[in-house]
Parts: sequence; structure tokens; C-alpha cells
Amino acid sequence: MSNTSKSPWLIHYDGSSCNGCDIEVLACLTPLYDIERFGIINTGNPKHADIFLVTGSVNEKNAPVIRQIYEGMLEPKAVIAVGVCAASGGVFRRCYNVVGGIDRVIPVDVYVPGCAARPEAIIDGVVKGLEILEKKRDTVRASKNKISEVS
Amino acid sequence: MGTLKYHIRRGNTGCCDAMFLILFLILFPVFAAIIMLFMKSERQRSAAVTASVAVIMAVSVLLVIRYGGRGLVLFELGSDIISYSILLAEILLAAGLFCMGVRHKRYLASVLAVIQAVLVLSFEFGIGHGIHAANNLYIDGLSSIMVLIIGIAGSLIIIYAIGYMRDFQHHNPEKEDRRPQFFFLMFVFLSAMFGIVLSNNLTWMLFFWEVTTVCSFLLIGYTKTDEAVNSSFRALTMNLLGGIGFAFAIIIAGNDLGIAEMNRFLDAGLSGASVMLPAGLLVFAGMVKAAQMPFHSWLLGAMVAPTPISALLHSSTMVKAGVFMVIKLSPILGLNSAGMLAMLVGGTTFLLASMAAVSQSNAKRVLAYSTIANLGLIIACAGVGTEEAVWAAIMLTIFHAVTKSLLFLCVGTAEHHIGSRDIEDMDGLFSRMPKLAGMMIIGIAGMFLAPFGMLVAKWTAIASFVNAESIVLIVCVCFGSAVTVFYWGKWLGKMVAVMAGRENTEMTVHRQEWFAIGTFAHLVVALCILFPIMSEHILAPLIGNMFGSVSYMALPSANLYIMSAVMMLMILLPLVFFRGKKVRTGQIYMGGVGTGDNLTFIGSADTEVNISFRNWYMKEWFGEKRAGNTGAVIAASVTVCLLTCSLLVWGGIV
Amino acid sequence: MESVQIISMVCYVISAPLLGLLLAGADRIISARMQRRKGPPILQPYYDVRKLADKERPSAGGVQEFYVLCSLIFMVITGAVFFAGGDLMLAVFMLMLSTVLLLVAAFSSNSPYSQIGAERELYLTMAYEPMVLFTAIGFYVFSGSFRIIDIATGGSMPIVHLFGIFIGFVFILTIKLRKSPFDIGMSHHAHQELVKGISTEFSGKTLAMTEIIHWYENILLLGFIILFFCDGSILGYVIGLAVCISVYVFEILIDNSFARMKWQSALKSAWPVALVFGLGNIIVLFALEA
Repeated sequence: MSNTSKSPWLIHYDGSSCNGCDIEVLACLTPLYDIERFGIINTGNPKHADIFLVTGSVNEKNAPVIRQIYEGMLEPKAVIAVGVCAASGGVFRRCYNVVGGIDRVIPVDVYVPGCAARPEAIIDGVVKGLEILEKKRDTVRASKNKISEVS
Repeated sequence: MGTLKYHIRRGNTGCCDAMFLILFLILFPVFAAIIMLFMKSERQRSAAVTASVAVIMAVSVLLVIRYGGRGLVLFELGSDIISYSILLAEILLAAGLFCMGVRHKRYLASVLAVIQAVLVLSFEFGIGHGIHAANNLYIDGLSSIMVLIIGIAGSLIIIYAIGYMRDFQHHNPEKEDRRPQFFFLMFVFLSAMFGIVLSNNLTWMLFFWEVTTVCSFLLIGYTKTDEAVNSSFRALTMNLLGGIGFAFAIIIAGNDLGIAEMNRFLDAGLSGASVMLPAGLLVFAGMVKAAQMPFHSWLLGAMVAPTPISALLHSSTMVKAGVFMVIKLSPILGLNSAGMLAMLVGGTTFLLASMAAVSQSNAKRVLAYSTIANLGLIIACAGVGTEEAVWAAIMLTIFHAVTKSLLFLCVGTAEHHIGSRDIEDMDGLFSRMPKLAGMMIIGIAGMFLAPFGMLVAKWTAIASFVNAESIVLIVCVCFGSAVTVFYWGKWLGKMVAVMAGRENTEMTVHRQEWFAIGTFAHLVVALCILFPIMSEHILAPLIGNMFGSVSYMALPSANLYIMSAVMMLMILLPLVFFRGKKVRTGQIYMGGVGTGDNLTFIGSADTEVNISFRNWYMKEWFGEKRAGNTGAVIAASVTVCLLTCSLLVWGGIV
Repeated sequence: MESVQIISMVCYVISAPLLGLLLAGADRIISARMQRRKGPPILQPYYDVRKLADKERPSAGGVQEFYVLCSLIFMVITGAVFFAGGDLMLAVFMLMLSTVLLLVAAFSSNSPYSQIGAERELYLTMAYEPMVLFTAIGFYVFSGSFRIIDIATGGSMPIVHLFGIFIGFVFILTIKLRKSPFDIGMSHHAHQELVKGISTEFSGKTLAMTEIIHWYENILLLGFIILFFCDGSILGYVIGLAVCISVYVFEILIDNSFARMKWQSALKSAWPVALVFGLGNIIVLFALEA
């Protein structure tokens, strides 16, 4: 395990949802689950974050917001869609304004099922995300080395 | 301290070529000034101005190189013709001011002008008639430093004015072109400044003192708007009041001691003669000139004048005549009524003017308040009157002159290119005028950050206040410095912001403006690097001469060398870091609703909203009125109390 | 300069990041325990910084990176001056330079969040600066020298004479360590209304450097606390170290038990504290001397 997976910082965004998953995400911070044990910090800033945790579905209005937050994050980064709505649009799927799951806007690495997703499942999803972070980190390193060789 | 004697080389050894140089410095600018009146074409004028200031700069440097390091050198130059012509000129000035006052219905100014003329006349034909002033001119370390400030800073500002006034006329086409008078006054002013710092005879000094007052009065009123006329008369009235204090001091010194020379006055004071009343009055005159509270309002009003005037008269030189006077007197100040006057008023002014500066968004007013505050600190240091305090005072004077000139000139140029002198309008100046913003950053950092001279001098000032166990000054300087960091810091923040999508508009800045600004910026940096050497080889012997001690070092020189090294590091770091790198701008975080240009975001109802960032003024705490009034009340009561005390002691009542 | 001074200086430059890191780790664990959580491993700050350094280079921010680097360099120099027993005033002014450079980095981004954070931090600087100056002046009046080596080897414990100043210094330490209730410029915790205040626009390597600056700064500030107990003997250092630890735990307790206050309260409390405890103490010292 490298330092990248020892210190995953999150940014949490809530799309169109019933807020159930958000409450479960925040529950992860509480003494009962205490995700800071794993070095996880809930930052409010894409520029600091490694993992983008999205709950709820994408609608016409929040699609560009999600895209901007994603673009503001630096590689290596991973996206985790938490809950059914984030995966596919869930019960909101047929709404006139809803586009669908998060993967309609940005590439998603991990899908956490549930309505609402349980804290254990969310933590499990984040841990899955760490493996992806690890892989991406190697790519970033390789490209960094390439750049320094070129220059 | 009373037993200390001056280390001086007595007058007669001063050679005639030095006297020639001094007379040249005083008379040549007058000659140049008269020429300016006849230069009608712009090209001729700029050539003549450049040539004249080059001569002035060269001669002042020459004078200082040859005679600056010799301690006090006195020159005999006295004849009735000179005395009478000075007297005549003084009466003419008074008459002119009287008429101006009557014409503009400002009778107070007229009355004051008359009172002063009467005082001078009664002295000349009364007590003064019997006093023989042998040595009318002199040069010593302190006046050499002033000569350099006037000769170099003054000259650069005049060069800057060539380009600036062209733009000024261009921006205000409806105004009558009075540039010949403008340059006339600037040169006359230089002459008077040289006169102040090089005359030993107090009546001569008073004459030059009054000439600077008149120049300032006429230049503040340059634009002839109502506001300008009001401000100019306020400045005139206050400065005439200071001049009257000066005249009284001369009369009392002449009457009590039979002295009309500065060096003998100081000697008398050091040997224990009672000089507190005249010294107090001279300090008072100096404080009015240096715009200390309660007389600070004239300097703020003076900011209506074109920027070169603000830079030359109201920041780097004329107001320095006031602090020059107090520093000059510093060996006889200390824990006496005159010294307390300088300390308390200076300290109060430093604290409260700094606070008032927080609430200002007009760049020139911030600079004005900062000037008032720093002059206050210098005067407080001089009032403490110990070696290290005076060291700090002189260092502050030098660095303030250079740094503040730089800032004024930068603001002046920025104003002509962005159309405003408001700090809020300087958003993204770093992207619009990168070079100018860079110079401005140097200036701002020079006013309050570590390796720069102002801060090092302030550090010594703090030490000297602690050594003098002056609680009031400790409070003033600690809280004042904290406030200073805030108001400069927020301006600095505006300057460094890199803003996307701004066009470069600094191509049209005049050559002369770049020359002056660039030279000042380099001077600020170079002086900081040379700080330890300056302290060791120039200031230490100077202080030694003033106080009769052998040699004096205010700060351990190791510290000065560390500061100097830090300064070099600051120059080196950007060179190393940015070598071959291009500065890129990317997206800033805007809560995910930015439009992509870093300047706007999508607000409610899909409208684009500009982001704009405004500085913090805390008017309810540091409001101009509140700080100004408090300061004025405190300073006025201190002044009145202490001068009354001295008067009572002098009159033998107490 | 004596060899002891050089060794002490080199020790600081090398070990301050290590100690600062452990301190930051301990801070997070203690905070977690106060909230009945387990908290991260003690080396967590190290993992964070290593991870940040591994991130890709940001597309923007060359200027910021420069200012932050300068801030780091001057912070190290400040500490070096302090631990080499140099001039206390010099250290205070260099610390200010480093702080301002960090603010300049924040301002330069032109991001609304970081600019407001920087402006607030500047305001906090105005609030705590008088007390910092009073502290330096107090040491000077006490020992007759600004040189830290002279103060530290003076023979009697400064705290006895400078108790008021000690209290005042601990008060502003809350601001300097960016603890609640005065963390309005930039908070260590979760997100707040300014996102991350000053550091909003810092990312990757720049953010990693900001963390290292904090490590150096925290150790330097604790050095100030130790200085109150230095009397030239080993015992003095031991007591100083013990007090350091308790002061730090106290600050964490304050951090966890206070909500943020309105911005006005920083100045309204820090200035009176400086006047009463700082200046009051100096006046007493003058009186004792006379």
C-alpha cells in the first residue's frame, strides 16, 4: 500500500436525491465508523481531493457542476457513485429534468449499491476506489518521468 | 549629556570651493527656475529640465563626496547685502501672501503672514541687529544626507514630472497650460530645500522655510479648482503658524542667549543653558511642517495636487524639512519639555494616522496617512534623543524618502493609465501593467516587510523606545506596526492578484516616468543590500559627531548582514525559480459554477455574475474621522500643555 | 557563533519537520479521542504530504508555488535564527515575512475563497502582532538583550518575571496555530464557508509545502514557550518541554470545545489581552527595575 491509498481525501457532491445517501456518507465520519482511521478526510475542495463521492442522480442543471468539480481534481483521482440514483438515476430516472447516473457525465470507477447505501458499503466502496487510485498513481508517475526525460 | 562637546572642524578650514558648491546648489535651481518660465515649447523644456536636474544631481553628489564625511564644517559668508536682500525677499513674500489672502477672502492667512513679517522685521532691526552671526552656512553628516535626498530623489521626481505633466495636460485639456510655472516652482522649491539644510543662520533658515511653504501653497493650488484653493489655503495657514513659532524661537534665542546660529544654539543647549522654550517652538515648527497631528489635515488636502508635487513636496522632501529640524535638535531633546513634545505628538500621530490609513481606499490618501504616520515615528525617535533613536530616525528618513517617492510615482502612472487612483480599481494591475505592478510591490513591501530598510529602522526604534522606558511610545509603536501590516498587506494583496483576460496597457508610459520609477525601485533594493555598510561607514560616524561619542552601532552588525543576505536571496529566488518557465493560469475554484474565464460564475436564474473582491476597511473601528479627531485632540492638548509649561518656566513663573 | 548554536540550528532544520509531523499526527489523534473517535495513525500527516507530492502538476499556479516556496524558505530561516540563539526581533520579523508570503500566494490566485481567507488572516495578524512584539520586548527588558542565546542562558527563569506575557502569548498561540475559535482564515477541519481559506487554490506539491511550513512554524512557536523556562540548566528545558506539551494539549482542548467566533472578537479580545497581560507585565518590569 502506498501513501496514496493511506491518505484518500474526499469531496462529496449531492445531485438529485432524497438525501438519504448523504446522511449515510456523513454517518461515516461519526465516532461509530470514524473513517479518519484510514486517513480519509472530507475536504470541501476539489483541488485537494483524491476521491469524488457523488450521491444522487445527474440533472440538467448539475451536470456542468459535476463536470467542473471533476476537472478541478488532480490526477490520480477516482469517482465513486454512491447509491442507486448515482448509479442509474434510481427512482428519479424518468423525471423530466434527470439525465441519469453519474457515468452520463464523468467516468465512474466504483458503484456502491443501496437505497440508501449503508455506511459499511460506502467505506467498502472507498477501499475499492483506493485500488484504482493506486493504479492511476503509477500512470501519473510514469508520465511525470516521461516529461522529465523529455525536458 | 550636558558635558559632551561637539567634534567639529572649525569654520575657517572650510575651503572656498565647498562654499562655492553650496552656493551653487542654492542659486543654480533659482536660475534654472527662471529659465523654465521662458520655455514655451515642450521639447525645449524637457531638454532644459533634464540638463538642469543632471547638474543639480551631480553637484549634490560631488558636495557630499567631498565634504560629507568631515563632521561639521562651517563657512563664513556674511555681508549686509545678503542679509538685507533676504529680508527684502521675505517682506515681498509676506506682501504677496497678504494680497493673495485678501483676494481669496482668507484673512487669517493674511493676518498670519503679516504677523510673521512683523516678527522678522522687529528681530532684524531690534535684538538681531546686535547679534553677529559669523558662520551662515555649514555642512555636516545630517545635512549631507538631506542634500542627497533632495538632489537625487528630488531630481528624479522632476524628471518624472516631464512625462507626467504631458499626460496631465492631455487628460485635462480644458485647463490652461501652466507648466512653465509648475517647473519654475519645482526648481525654486529645490533651491529652498538646499537652503534649509545648509544654512546655519536661523534667520536664513526661516527664510528658506517660508519659501517652501509658499511653493507648497502655490503648487497645491495648481489646478485652481475650489477644492485645490481650499486645500492650499489650509496648508498655508497651518504652515504660517509653524513659521510664527519658528520666528518666536529665533527672537527668544536671540534675546536670551544672543545666538542666531544653529550650531551655537545646540552647543548652548548641550552646555546646560535653558533653551527649552525656543527648542520647543522649533520642534513645533518642525511638527507643523511634517504634518503631525493636529496639523495633519493640510497634508491630506495637499493630495489634490498633481502626483509629482505630492511625491516631491508632501512626502520625500519638504515634509522631511520638518523632521530634519527635529533630528537636528535631537541632541538637546530627551526627557525635557521639548523632547516630550516630539515624543508624545510623534507617537500619537504614528498610531492614529496608521489606523486612519486602514479606512482609506484612495491610494494617495493611504500614502498620505502612511507618510504622516512615518514622520510621526521619526519625530518620536528624534524626541527620544538617544544615539540609537536618532540612528533609527535618520534611517527611517532615508528609506521613507526613497520608498515613498517610488510609491507615489507608481500611483501617479497607474492613475493615468487606469483612470483612477482608487485601490479598488487596481484589480488585476499585475496583469494589466506587470512592470509597474512589480515596482509597486517592491515599494509596498519596502514599507513594512522584513529585509527592507523601513522595518530594520523600525526595529531599532522599538529598541530605543524600550531603552528609554517610554510606555506610551511602546504602545504606539507596537499597535501602530500591527495596523501598518494590515493596511499595506491588503494593498499588496490587490497588487499580486493575477487576473485572466486583461490587456497590457503599459506601453504608453513615458520614457521619463520609467526612468524615475525604475531608478527608485533599484535604489530601494540597493539601499537594503548596502544597509550594513551604510550603517557602519556613514551613520555610525554621523551619530558619533552629533553626540560626541566615538562611534555608534545601533544594531549588532550581524543582524544587518543577515538582513542584507535575505534581501539578496529575495532577488535570487525568482531568478532561479522562473528561469525558462512560463506562468500559466488555470481554472480557479468557483463552487462548480464558474463560466471558465475565472471572472464570472453562473448565478441564480442562469445569469452571469462577475466576481469582484473588495478590501476590508473597518470604518467603524478605524474611521478617518474617529482616528483623526482623537489624534488631533490628544496631540493638540499635549502641544498646548507642554509649550505652556516651557513658557511658564521661561518666564520664571514656575 | 559557538558550536552549540550551530548544532542547535542544524538540529532544528533537520528535526523540526519530523517533530512537527509527529505533533500534527498527535494533534489529530488527541482531537479524535476528545470526540470519542479512534483517529488516524500518528504518521498520517506524513502519508498526506507524500501523497500530495505524488499528484500531477497542476495546470495553474506557477506563481503560487513560488510564493509558497519562498514562505517555506523564510520559515526555515526564521527557525534557524531562533534556534541558533540569534536575535529575537529578527526572528519575529522574519516570521512575519514568511506569513505574508503565504498570504501573497493566496491573494495571487485571484480566487474569491482564498482571497477572503488571506484578508482574514491578515486581520488576524493585526490582532496578534502587538502581543508578539510585547513578548519580544518583555524578554528584552527581562534579560537586557534581544539575543536568544543570552536570554536562554541568563540564569533565572524568565517565566517568573514574564508570567503575564506568557499568558498573553498562549492566548495568541490559539490564533497562530489556527485553532478554533479564531480559525477564520483557514481551518484544519472539514469544510467551512471559505472552502479551505488561504489554501483553497493550493494543490499537490504546493499544498504539501504549506503543510511542511506549518510543521516548522509549530515547532518554532513551541520554541517560544520553552524560552520562557530556559535558565541555562537542563531542568529548565525539561520543564519547558513539559509545559510545551501541556500548552499544546490545552490548545487542542480549546479547539475542540469552542465554536468559531465572529471575526470581530479576534481583535476585540487579542488587543485587550496584549494591553493587560503584555504591557501590564512590561510596566511591572520597569517598576521592578526602578
